[in-house]
Parts: sequence; C-alpha cells; structure tokens
Amino acid sequence: MAAAQDHIRNFSIIAHIDHGKSTLADRILEATETVAKRDMEAQLLDNMELERERGITIKARAVALTYHAKNGEDYLFNLIDTPGHVDFNYEVSRSLAACEGAVLVVDASQGIEAQTLGNTYLAIEHDLEVLPVVNKIDLPSADPERVCHEIEDVIGIPALDAPRISAKMGINIEEVMERIVTDIPAPTGDASAPLRALIFDSYYDSYRGVIVYIRVKEGSVRVGDQIRMMATGAEFTVTELGYMGATELAPQAELSAGEVGYIAASIKSIGDTRVGDTVTLANAPAAEPLPGYRQVQPMVFSGIYPADGARYGDLRDALEKLRLNDASLTFEPETSSALGFGFRCGFLGLLHMEIIQERLEREYNLDLITTAPSVVYRITLTDHSVVMIDNPSNYPSPDLIAEAEEPMVRANILTPADYVGNIMELCQERRGIFKDMTYLDQTRVEMHYTLPLNEIVYDFFDALKSRTKGYASFDYELSGFAPSKLVKLDIMLNGEVVDALSFIVHTDKAYPRARSIAQKLKEHIPRQLFEVPIQAAVGGKIIARETVKAMRKDVLAKCYGGDITRKKKLLEKQKEGKKRMRQLGSVEVPQEAFMAVLKLDE
Amino acid sequence: MSKAGVYLHIPFCGRKCSYCDFYSLPADQSQMETYTAALERDIARSHGIEADTLYLGGGTPTLLGERRLRRLMEAVKEHFSFAGEATIEANPESVTPGLLSALFDMGFNRISFGVQSMREEELSLLRRRHTPQRAEQAILAAYEAGFRNISADVMLALPKQTKETLGYTLSRFTALPLTHISAYLLQLEEGTPLADSHPVLPDEDETAALYLMTVDTLQKAGFRQYEISNFAKEGYPCRHNLKYWQGEPYVGLGAAAHGCIENRRYAYPRDIKRYLTGAPPEDLGAAGGFEETVMLRLRLTEGMAFQNSRVIAGMRPCEEAGLVVIEGNRLRLTPRGFLVSNLLIGRVVELGGQKE
Repeated sequence: MAAAQDHIRNFSIIAHIDHGKSTLADRILEATETVAKRDMEAQLLDNMELERERGITIKARAVALTYHAKNGEDYLFNLIDTPGHVDFNYEVSRSLAACEGAVLVVDASQGIEAQTLGNTYLAIEHDLEVLPVVNKIDLPSADPERVCHEIEDVIGIPALDAPRISAKMGINIEEVMERIVTDIPAPTGDASAPLRALIFDSYYDSYRGVIVYIRVKEGSVRVGDQIRMMATGAEFTVTELGYMGATELAPQAELSAGEVGYIAASIKSIGDTRVGDTVTLANAPAAEPLPGYRQVQPMVFSGIYPADGARYGDLRDALEKLRLNDASLTFEPETSSALGFGFRCGFLGLLHMEIIQERLEREYNLDLITTAPSVVYRITLTDHSVVMIDNPSNYPSPDLIAEAEEPMVRANILTPADYVGNIMELCQERRGIFKDMTYLDQTRVEMHYTLPLNEIVYDFFDALKSRTKGYASFDYELSGFAPSKLVKLDIMLNGEVVDALSFIVHTDKAYPRARSIAQKLKEHIPRQLFEVPIQAAVGGKIIARETVKAMRKDVLAKCYGGDITRKKKLLEKQKEGKKRMRQLGSVEVPQEAFMAVLKLDE
Repeated sequence: MSKAGVYLHIPFCGRKCSYCDFYSLPADQSQMETYTAALERDIARSHGIEADTLYLGGGTPTLLGERRLRRLMEAVKEHFSFAGEATIEANPESVTPGLLSALFDMGFNRISFGVQSMREEELSLLRRRHTPQRAEQAILAAYEAGFRNISADVMLALPKQTKETLGYTLSRFTALPLTHISAYLLQLEEGTPLADSHPVLPDEDETAALYLMTVDTLQKAGFRQYEISNFAKEGYPCRHNLKYWQGEPYVGLGAAAHGCIENRRYAYPRDIKRYLTGAPPEDLGAAGGFEETVMLRLRLTEGMAFQNSRVIAGMRPCEEAGLVVIEGNRLRLTPRGFLVSNLLIGRVVELGGQKE
C-alpha cells in the first residue's frame, strides 16, 4: 500500500519534558487505530523499561500509521517520537532530519520552557514546519490564550489558531490530525533518482541482525537489492524492508522517496551501520551522500568498570550493542590501578551517563563502578603543545602547564520571576557569568548565563530544581573554552591515591570540594577491621582529612543447640555484601561510594 | 570415631521472654505427654549410635516434670548406651529442691540456668519471671541437690546496661558455686516484643566495652574463656557444646532440633504437629567444608591450625591490630577479635581459598 508522496506526512513531536508528547503520540496511534485498543499500553512508544519507569523518552522511535482524513482520502503518517531532555538533543536532531514538520506540544499552564525553545530552534534549523499545539487544557490552571501569545511573542511563529487539546482526555485530537494533513508539507524527492536514504536510527535484533531505520530522500529500494553504506562502503542484500508498526514491523515490497521505514539485510557487524550515513544501491550508486547531520560531541566522560573484572568482555559487548542505537555514546579501553580494566566513556550529559549505566546493569545484567565524570580540558603545555584531557589521571603536572582552559556553556534558564534571586545566587556559586535577562511577561523571566560545563555536569539541574521548587527549566549549548585556574584533587585512602576518585577542580573550589568528598566517603565506607584515613590532597598537600574508625563489633549469631544455619546465613550475607565492594589496597569501598561523591548537594 | 552428643529440644515455656525467637509453645499437659512419646519413638529409632553427652534444651525442659524426664533419660541410656555429661536447662523459677534432687538422681550431672541478669529492672525488661534472689536460691538448691557442674547465662548489651550494672551482675555470679558462665550479646530478633518496642541499645563501642569487661572480669574470677560466649572453671567447659565446634557428630531430636550425623546436617521442622506425626528431618547438606570448619573452630579460644601459609601471612596485619594471635601455623582470635569474628572468618576463608 505504498502511498503517493503527496499523501505522506513525516513529522516529529517535540516538547519540553512532561508537556505530554508521548501521551499525544499514544492518542494519535489510537485515533488511527494503528494499535488495537486491547494492545494499547499507556506511552506505547516509550518501550524501554527504563523509559516507562522514569516517564521520559530516551530513544526516538518511529511508527507508520494511516489516517483517513475529512477530505475522504487516506494519508500515511510517519510519526517519530523524540526525547525531551537536554542531554538528548542529538536524538532529537536525528529524528528531525527524517521529517518535514514538527508538532510542538506546549503545556497550557506552564507555557514555554527552556527545552521548548531548544527543540523548536533545532526544528527551525532543520527547515521544518512547526505546528504548535497547546496541551493539557483540561487542567484548572490552563491558560491557552496566554500560552498561544507567548509562543508567538517568544518563538515568533503563528500560534493564535493552534489546536487546544488534552491528550490525556482525548480532546481535539482530530484537529491535530487534520492540521498535520493541511499544515505539514508532503515530502519531495525524485523516486526515479539513484537511491539516497538517511539512516536515523538502528538497533540489533538477534534474529535479523542490525535493523536500520531510514528516511528515503530520493530513489527507491526493494527486497533483494544490493545496498551500499556510503560512509563505510559495506554492502548487503536487503532481506526485508517495510514500515514500523506500533507493535511490530510491517514488511513491504518497496520503500521509495519520501517514505520512512526499516531495512534488514543480515547485517551482523555493528560497525557497518552508522547513524547519519547514507544508504544507496550498489549497482546504481548516488554520486554524493546526503549531508550527515550535526554529529554531537560527548561532553562528559567517565570510567565504567565491571565490578567483577572477569566481565570486561561482557561490558565491551554491551557497550557495542548500546552504541548501535545510541551514536552519541563513545568508549575506549582504559586501565585504573584501583579498578582494573574498563572503558573511558563519553556522554552527552549526566542523565545520559546515568541512563547508560542503568541500561548496562539492567539489560546486560552487569555490576558496574562508574568514576567521577569529567569534562574535556584543553591544556597548553610549557612546550606550546596542546593536549585535551578527559581523564583526571592524565592531568599534567602543574609545572608543565602554561595555560589551562575549560569548556564553557551558554545556559538559558526560564523561571518564574520570584526565583531570579535564587538562580543568580546559584549561578554565582557555580562561577557563572551573567549575560542578560528578559521578561517573557510579568511573571516569567528568561536568563542567560555563561557557565563552566564542569560546574553543571554534577548536580546543577537538581540544585536548580530545588531552589525554584521545580519551576525553572534549563537548556544549554557549548560555547568554547575559557582560561581557568584548575588543580587536580587527589583522594587517598589509607595513604594511597585512588586514581578513580581524582577530580579536576577550580582552585577556589578545591577546599570545599575536598572537604565534602572526604565526608561523603566517610559516610559510605563502612567500618572495617582497621581504621581507614581518608585524605584529599592538591599537589601532595593534604587539604582535608576524615577517618573511618575500625569496626568494634559485628553481628554475632547464636549457634544454639547446634543450629549453625543463622551464622552461615550471616556469613553468606557478608560475602554478598563484599561482592558489591571494591578492594582498594587494604580498603573495601562500596560501589555506591563512587557515585555518592558525585552528588555533593550543599 | 568419637562418640556422639544427643540434643533433645523441649519447646515448652511457661511464658515467652521478650527477646526470644526460638521455637516454643505453651506448656500443655496432654501435648507434653504426646511430645515425650514422640521423642521416645525417635530415640529408639536412633538405636545403635553411642553417645557420651546429652543436652536437654528449650524452651524450659524442666516443665516436662520428673516422670517424663525420667522416661527420656532411661530411653537415652538404653538406646545410645549413654554415659557422660548430661545437661538440663532450667529456669530459676521453675525448679524446686525436690525436682532438682530427682534430676540429679535420674542421671543429670550438669544444670544450666537461664539467669540473664541480677538486676530487677533488666529482668523485667526481658520478661523473665524470676528475681535475683530466686536465681541465687535455685543455684544454691541445685548445689544442695548434688550438682557440682552448674552454669548460668548472662546477657550483655541490654538497654541501659552500663559497666556498673553488668559488673554488679557478674560479681553476684562469681560469688555463687558456678563452674560455667555463658555470656551472650543481646540480639534484637525481628518480631519479638523487645524488638517491637524499639529500645535504645548500647552502641557499637559501648557493646564492645561491655563484652571485653566481661571477659576480663570472669578471667580474674577463674572462669577462663574457651569459646566466643563461654567461660568455665578449669576442667568444666561444656563437653556437649564443644562437639558442635569441633565438628563431632550429634543427634538432634524434637521439633526444630538440628543434628549432624555421618557428616550430614539436618533439622526437624519448626512445627510440633509435623514432628508428632513423624515428619522426617530436612537434609541441610554435607558438613565439614573448609568455610564451615573455620567458622566453627575459630569460635574456640584454642583456634585452628592452617596448612596454607597464605592464611597465616594474610592474617599478620590482624595480629598487629590485636585481633588474633598467631603461634606457628595456629591462629586464634583474641576477645577483641571475637567481636569482629564475621569479618575475620570472612578474611580467613578468602585467604584459604587462594593457592599457596
């Protein structure tokens, strides 16, 4: 049932987190009866367990559906869901590259938030038609008129006639569908030209190999065709292609210009398919690949180690599989004297890092230790050479450094006016430089700051939320490097430096950070047979110290009447507990301690 | 092959103590009668095993009364060819001079009193029925009845217990004709009334100090520590309990009783009805692995010898910290070491698992 190009609409839904993007996607699926009601699970597109639990969309996902419009004709909708969190802009960008339009969902009481802006600008950069929709009109606090004006004033797109809907209650969904037909342009592209199809996502299926999601820009592809990946040169024979149904793949004979679909071609090696690459035909190749879209650089790095060193190979396999559908994840092997063999991994942000860690643990059943995240520093050495440092262990000795620079971000914060003072205080603590501030209306303010990335990767978002009762929203983009006074902070347990706990920190922050890390470690390292001194040092000088006292008494189990089972259970429990511990020299450190030192809330 | 021990579990109590989570039931005459018969049945089934220690624990075994206890003793003598140390546990409030004489007369030669404390406020907190005076009278009466091997339990780390209150209890104990003292640290067991009342207990450091004071005080009074919780005058360690730690066989009979025969550990169900109907014990697997041996032997002050030199070498830092003593290839825990025995056992087991 291949549709004519003018009856295809390819679109994404973009929104600030919690504004109802996934709920609207569900309603659209229902309205087109793509999913039988009995199969309908709330938030169908969020099909990763972790996504459902956190209520956020991490991975973009695509689905094809047929809409019978009021004009009596059938349209093929390709809906591509996108994540809302700032960490996942890259995923949004990938999704947008496959679309002609974007449905912008804005909460009728909250109005525009930081990621509303961020995602809309991304869509506009991709030349997409933006269709604003005001959601949650059923809430008592909803004020759709104000929000529509805000969209016009702040973003500068017509919004006064935006559909007012409630995705949750199913109100006015049809209007959205009709507006998708009338407002979002049909794809264009010559179906008879040589094949050029953009890979915008992929995943590994244990039966069919790598499944790639593509948007056919020009030409067409059929089952049996020999295809070539233009960046890698790898060639495969198409074994199956078709549309992405909401619950299962729907095989077709052909995909042609304008369509969105999947290809399976017995692709075994993950390295052969790159998101952003162009697929063409081997016997009639296109001359030029499509412009690959913006490759986002990881901004936060940390070491990931298997708790059980024997599972290093499993960790590598798992990372490779995850990278297949998360192109923003990077990794390379590294060695720590404290933690053994692991990988230096690059992430988009701290949430991305936590999610990768959780996915590794849940989906691949791995026990992990993650080291303190670091940003990339640019260091000019006294011999004028420049090195990029993403691992504190490699930080050069101070006498070799001519200049140290750290990455900066332009931060955009939207907040109710009441919290401006709190935010200024927070940004000042985080070494932020105030740029400007504008009132969106009487009560809402947009603030711009330049902040060191180093200051926001740990807990800035949490701190911002807690100081604004959750009302402020935040978005940022990298803005280059700036000179900074940096020092390396070493942590010593029982007199030995633990490389995995080293930090690079601004000189002014060294003392307070050293003290709070030492205290956190003291809280998290249990009493052991011997006293454990915890020291923090800069350049060999001790600047903070705590002590974990020796254990005086552990649990004694009675062995009454020759019943030794309780004691045995106790020892088993102790052994289990030990498995979650890392032996650093003579000190046992629980895995949580590595994570806990990252969360240094004031 | 050394002779076996026999443990008979008597799960009847006059009333449940506030800290107790052992298997026990109200004392009902007809149930005690059928229970005694069931024990006789199983003693007869064990015919052929030779035993030289007997231990009646509970519960409160003396609640069975003279007649039933005599039947059990006769059965044990007949089927286990028993002669040796015969212990019965007793509560101070439930013994009379008459019963004590009868017990001694039927063959019990060791009696263990659950005294726990000589402070009235502590006894009432534990919901023990006796007073300090009653405990002293019972011990003296046992001596009068002929017992020359008398043990008493004391409980450490009770709520509000201080070195002074514990010292008082210990001084009253050491003035009595006792040959043996068991000192247990109070452990809050989930679901017991004491745990449910969320008492404030001495902290880790205070608890350790109470334990070390006990070891020291008893040592000075002539009670040598021979096991983590047990102290005895010269020649009076409990031979039955030693069997547990030294990996020797013991027959356990009765509801919830544990035993270890022919290197298999087993336990009867914690359910008197199932015991009465003859439900077989559950097999708990083979006895005597390295870990188990370490766990049991290191409870004793004599410690254990290790062939694997890694164990000895790896435990040197613990010796420097005063937690263990190493003599040749023999390792033993000090009183401070006993307090952290789980950690030490864990370390020894880990070291022992490594190749030399």
